[in-house]
Amino acid sequence: MARGQASSTSKRKKNDTGVISDNTDPMTQESLLKFYRDMLLIRRFEERAGQLYGMGLIGGFCHLYIGQEAIAVGVQSIKQPGDQVITGYRDHGHMLACGMDPKEVMAELTGRFTGSSKGKGGSMHMFSTQADFYGGHGIVGAQVSLGTGLALANKYKANKKVAFTYFGDGAANQGQVYESFNMATIWKLPVVYVIENNQYAMGTSIERSSSETHLYKRGASFRIPGEEVDGMDVLAVQAAARKAAEHARSGEGPYILEMKTYRYRGHSMSDPAKYRTREEVDEVRKTRDPIDHLQELLEQKGWADEAALKAIDAEVKRIVADAAEFARTSPEPELSELYTDVYLEAAQ
Amino acid sequence: MPALSPTMEEGTLAKWHVKVGDSVRSGDVIAEIETDKATMEVEAVDEGVIEAILVPEGTEEVKVNTPIARLSGEASAAPPQSQPAAAPAPPEGEHLDAPPAAVTEPRSSPFGGGEPRSGGGGQPPQTSEGKPKPALRDPELPEGVKLVKTTLRDALRDAMAEEMRRDETVFLMGEEVAQYQGAYKVSRGLLEEFGDRRVIDTPITEHGFAGLGVGAAMAGLKPIIEFMTFNFAMQAIDHIINSAAKTLYMSGGQIKCSVVFRGPNGAAARVGAQHSQDYSAWYAQVPGLKVVAPYDAADAKGLLKAAIRDPNPVVFLEHEMLYGVEFDVPEGDWVVPIGKARVRREGTDVTITAHSRAVGLALEAAERLAGEGIEAEVIDLRTLRPLDHETVVESVKKTNRLVTVEEGWGPMGVGAEVIARVLEHAFDYLDAPPARVCQEDVPMPYAANLEALSLPSVDKIVKAVKAVCYR
Repeated sequence: MARGQASSTSKRKKNDTGVISDNTDPMTQESLLKFYRDMLLIRRFEERAGQLYGMGLIGGFCHLYIGQEAIAVGVQSIKQPGDQVITGYRDHGHMLACGMDPKEVMAELTGRFTGSSKGKGGSMHMFSTQADFYGGHGIVGAQVSLGTGLALANKYKANKKVAFTYFGDGAANQGQVYESFNMATIWKLPVVYVIENNQYAMGTSIERSSSETHLYKRGASFRIPGEEVDGMDVLAVQAAARKAAEHARSGEGPYILEMKTYRYRGHSMSDPAKYRTREEVDEVRKTRDPIDHLQELLEQKGWADEAALKAIDAEVKRIVADAAEFARTSPEPELSELYTDVYLEAAQ
Repeated sequence: MPALSPTMEEGTLAKWHVKVGDSVRSGDVIAEIETDKATMEVEAVDEGVIEAILVPEGTEEVKVNTPIARLSGEASAAPPQSQPAAAPAPPEGEHLDAPPAAVTEPRSSPFGGGEPRSGGGGQPPQTSEGKPKPALRDPELPEGVKLVKTTLRDALRDAMAEEMRRDETVFLMGEEVAQYQGAYKVSRGLLEEFGDRRVIDTPITEHGFAGLGVGAAMAGLKPIIEFMTFNFAMQAIDHIINSAAKTLYMSGGQIKCSVVFRGPNGAAARVGAQHSQDYSAWYAQVPGLKVVAPYDAADAKGLLKAAIRDPNPVVFLEHEMLYGVEFDVPEGDWVVPIGKARVRREGTDVTITAHSRAVGLALEAAERLAGEGIEAEVIDLRTLRPLDHETVVESVKKTNRLVTVEEGWGPMGVGAEVIARVLEHAFDYLDAPPARVCQEDVPMPYAANLEALSLPSVDKIVKAVKAVCYR
């Protein structure tokens, strides 16, 4: 890993802009167990989604978040009510981390009326105004402009809310990202850009696609502070997100966090991932897995014995099984739904 | 046998990485499967012991959803109603034996399998535009209302200013809209009245600021996004269509996007191909958008006010060549409903439809034709989506002849759609094949003579009308 990386083991210190991170200790037994449970829920949910895809119950494209769980969980652990979350098409984990019901997320994947978009959006297009989740966008990079627009609305309303705008190393090469960076700075918009650098934009490695592979530096021309974070370490993610959000919330403008991470599965279900070796994947799983890492920490601290972890496993397994059953047995939308939600009725 | 791509129906079980008696954990690669496109590794999604391998290595043409192995030792924590333990390996097979509904249930077509539609194949295709409300009509001019000569430019400005006074969430964003007072001076005076929080100069960055505007609309504001011209909106068309028009649907009705995209559209004068194009047909094809293209200043004001109040994304197409033209505009809160055409001139012999600047040409042509004994009815479409074809159809039922006029290219254009709807609803009333007057099918030339030759003109309209009247 490169220099300058935030890590849970190093002392938090002053960042580039002089904002001091809050000194509350996130290392409590309760918060670590919650992290463990939330990350495990995403992993088991995604594994089950992959299974339902294999059974033909989920159609089209399906992009799994396995390996990247620490990012959505860590960042959104410091989200305040009303802060918005927006991301691209690899969105299931962010939704679960927003507190959305796994049942309605899974039912959207299977295209059922009980899904979060009544089955009309699918894996890549899911939303929940209740959970401040603004999608779920299928066009690579579009969510960056939209997320910056959410931040523009926050500033307009002076509501002190922050828009957490996620995108990947692939989207980082889209032009509109830099158009958005520019406006975010000139208008000092409260947006935190979370770049999930999982090393591969579909099949193209970051080395092959990017002239500057340290994506946290991509904001330099726009005077946006950025830092690299170990995205496999939920505590490092949380600490960095807290700092970035404070920066944005206090009116200082945007902040970039480059989360170094890895996706274990292919780009989508139909990607055999031949552009990397099995050994590379196994190495990450063995040495950097965010859930294993947290489990070790919990055991080290004596905060969770085998029985406690097993109980969490069982709870998560039940939630996911219930979600899958719900998604499998819920009805498809009525045919009359075809023509609804195209327009809202204008007030006369 | 898992489906590993959206189109996979069968595959070859190339290799087993496990044997009977092996313990597997979720994430372990247990097999390799070849599809027509690639070889994929299959991972277990739960833990257990391989009890039986049902499909041996090397078997070809294994249908999707065929059980290929069985896991035993369902983890004790799993409740009885749990799904199968491993992706390709159902524990008992009780769920997987039944083919998944989504694959095998024949999808009933909305037209074929649902409610039977009377008339079968002869019916016009349904649109999502909704039925025009019978009550939809321009407001009555109040007794004694003052009509004020106003340029189209100032009428647009007045509409924005009035709506910004009325609703604090309305703001204007675009290039040169604030300090410069608008590239075409449409936003003159707005910065002074509303300040830079609500009248926002952007960098030259159409894709970006359109996206920001849509994002702000998703968060509940009502942005007016000005494009210096709609030619530049091509950089932003992804956000207009993919982000603004589709999100209400994709979110199952949750995410509202009340935004107006406005600016000059169509041919300006002597600016060449990249700055002279009519995008009416492009946007009018997209469900989720409303598309408005007014001709005179009263409609421009009334329709822009309606567009700003509308909860849906509205593409509002203005015409640079009309900005300086004066028309009568009623004083006060003049709002014209979106979705209603206007009969600008009554006639009995032929119906001419037009929108935006072409309405002026059609009216001029009608005057000339009247001198030759042909009374043309001129319909200003005003809104292109939803298209008020009822007004056109009613007119054609009376005149039995139709000419469409537009500044855009003919193929797949507005005229093509108007004619299609008339054929669907009034085929038997037509006494002649309809005719289209449009921009010639070439990029806009720069040379003055070629430019004039390429555009619709009064002469061309007169000629087309005479042709459909067999005169």
